[in-house]
Amino acid sequence: MTALIDLLDRLIGVIGLPEFLHYVVLTSIKIVLVLVPLIIAVAYFTYAERKIIGYIQNRLGPNRVGWYGLLQPFADTLKMLLKEIVVPSNASPFLFFLAPLLSLMAAFAVWAVVPFSENFVIADIDAGLLYVLALTSMGVYGVIIAGWASNSKYAFLGAMRSAAQIVAYEIAMGFALVGVLMAGGSLNLSAIVLAQEGTSVLGWFVWPLFPLFMVYFISGLAETNRAPFDVAEGESEIVAGFHVEYSGIAFGLFFLAEYANMILITALTVIFFFGGWMSPFAGIPGLDGTFIGQSSFFWMAIKMAFFMFCFLWARATFPRYRYDQIMRLGWKVFLPVTIVWIAVEGVMVAAQIGPWAA
Amino acid sequence: MVTTLLFYAFASVLIIAAVGVIASKNPVHSALFLVLAFFESAMLWLLMEAEFLAVVLVLVYVGAVMVLFLFVVMMLDINVERMRDGYTRYLPLGLVVALVVILEIGHVIWYRSQNLPFLTVPEPNPEGYSNTRELGSVLYTEYVYAFELASVVLLLAIVAAITLTMRKRPGLKVQDVAKQVAVNRDDRVRLVKDDAGTETET
Repeated sequence: MTALIDLLDRLIGVIGLPEFLHYVVLTSIKIVLVLVPLIIAVAYFTYAERKIIGYIQNRLGPNRVGWYGLLQPFADTLKMLLKEIVVPSNASPFLFFLAPLLSLMAAFAVWAVVPFSENFVIADIDAGLLYVLALTSMGVYGVIIAGWASNSKYAFLGAMRSAAQIVAYEIAMGFALVGVLMAGGSLNLSAIVLAQEGTSVLGWFVWPLFPLFMVYFISGLAETNRAPFDVAEGESEIVAGFHVEYSGIAFGLFFLAEYANMILITALTVIFFFGGWMSPFAGIPGLDGTFIGQSSFFWMAIKMAFFMFCFLWARATFPRYRYDQIMRLGWKVFLPVTIVWIAVEGVMVAAQIGPWAA
Repeated sequence: MVTTLLFYAFASVLIIAAVGVIASKNPVHSALFLVLAFFESAMLWLLMEAEFLAVVLVLVYVGAVMVLFLFVVMMLDINVERMRDGYTRYLPLGLVVALVVILEIGHVIWYRSQNLPFLTVPEPNPEGYSNTRELGSVLYTEYVYAFELASVVLLLAIVAAITLTMRKRPGLKVQDVAKQVAVNRDDRVRLVKDDAGTETET
């Protein structure tokens, strides 16, 4: 990856652009290198979701389009592109179309600070963790505006539920990340991963911060409005929640944003708690020099795939929470757990116990 | 050069958004313009290398405060016609306030321009300078008492807000999840001997 970027850097250098334009072109190429695989991953994530949930429920899942249904995501995308976009009467047209774009913008912009390997990150900024929190909290605007601009009771109810839920879970999520920040000693995501570089798996933050990991991952489920916390969509109660009035590709954009956010939560979980691109077999003699023992994006992808599977697994096996139970879980369970564990961690840091003792 | 262009772009959007807050008829549109205004001022702070403040502004005001604000504004059933009734009545007072504010801003600018250090461009920070780290080290050393005092005041406000809304009414039905989980079959099911099958005399 680094070699490719260097090569591109030199290739653009041949044209002899001014320094500023050179930087813009190089960054644009990096953005394309991140976003195109991301969109393809989203497409096949929807396919994987339907297949996996199908098998869990003793069905086959999509198997008509292409081999084993492998072309299904493309068929779906084509269908959505060709469908008519209906704007409800008395809807606010500008806000109606702004909402899916806002969702998508927030979902994509966070990827700028996500490090994929030691040298590949679009923007290696110092306040990376804060940036992640700020942008994920902006995703809620797409939902609220969609619900309000649709001029529909169901959409509005969905938006209100979602807004309250996201605000509630963001606090627990933020506190969980305070623990990561204390352990990593930096707000920079690459530095947080490098802080977990130890002799083996034992250096990963998931062991000392296990309660925070649980809180973070479950809050991630709630933050992305996924089952069992999908009351914002709640098919059986409010049809489809905030996007009930959207059709065609406007609906497709919401879908894209939701799945990109899910992949983002898995990437962040891996970075904060599971050593990012570190290999789990790093310290084992005999494997050290080989591909398996080396840190690379390959390991990050494998860890992300595991947590993506957990998202689908949770959706297939848990019944939906009732709304007041979601609020209770967020405010009365997760918040105290994180605060207590931050205090415990503070004592551990002060007493030099734990992997950050060096 | 690019920074200057960006500054004018952000600043003009900021001014448009600020005018939109007071000029739009629909309160929801006003609130959304306010969100845009916050966002643009965060961008301006970023240009001034205050990345921590910029990100925190987006995180706190855009991500949390304005969401709750919108939440409330959307729920209100506001009659827009009624709202505009007092427009001409309050216009003179509004103009006076605006004039006073403009005079004050002008005075501040004039006063500062007298001895000029205000107008010199500050040195850009060196590479690797961490705004967040610097802010943290100042907050927890030099201003630690003021900082702790502020946090205690905020905590007090939270406790006060919760106690004000906690009303104990008689007959209130509250769920106790632990009790629900601990329930046994015997607590809920009562088997009754029914003699409906046997013949009875009439």
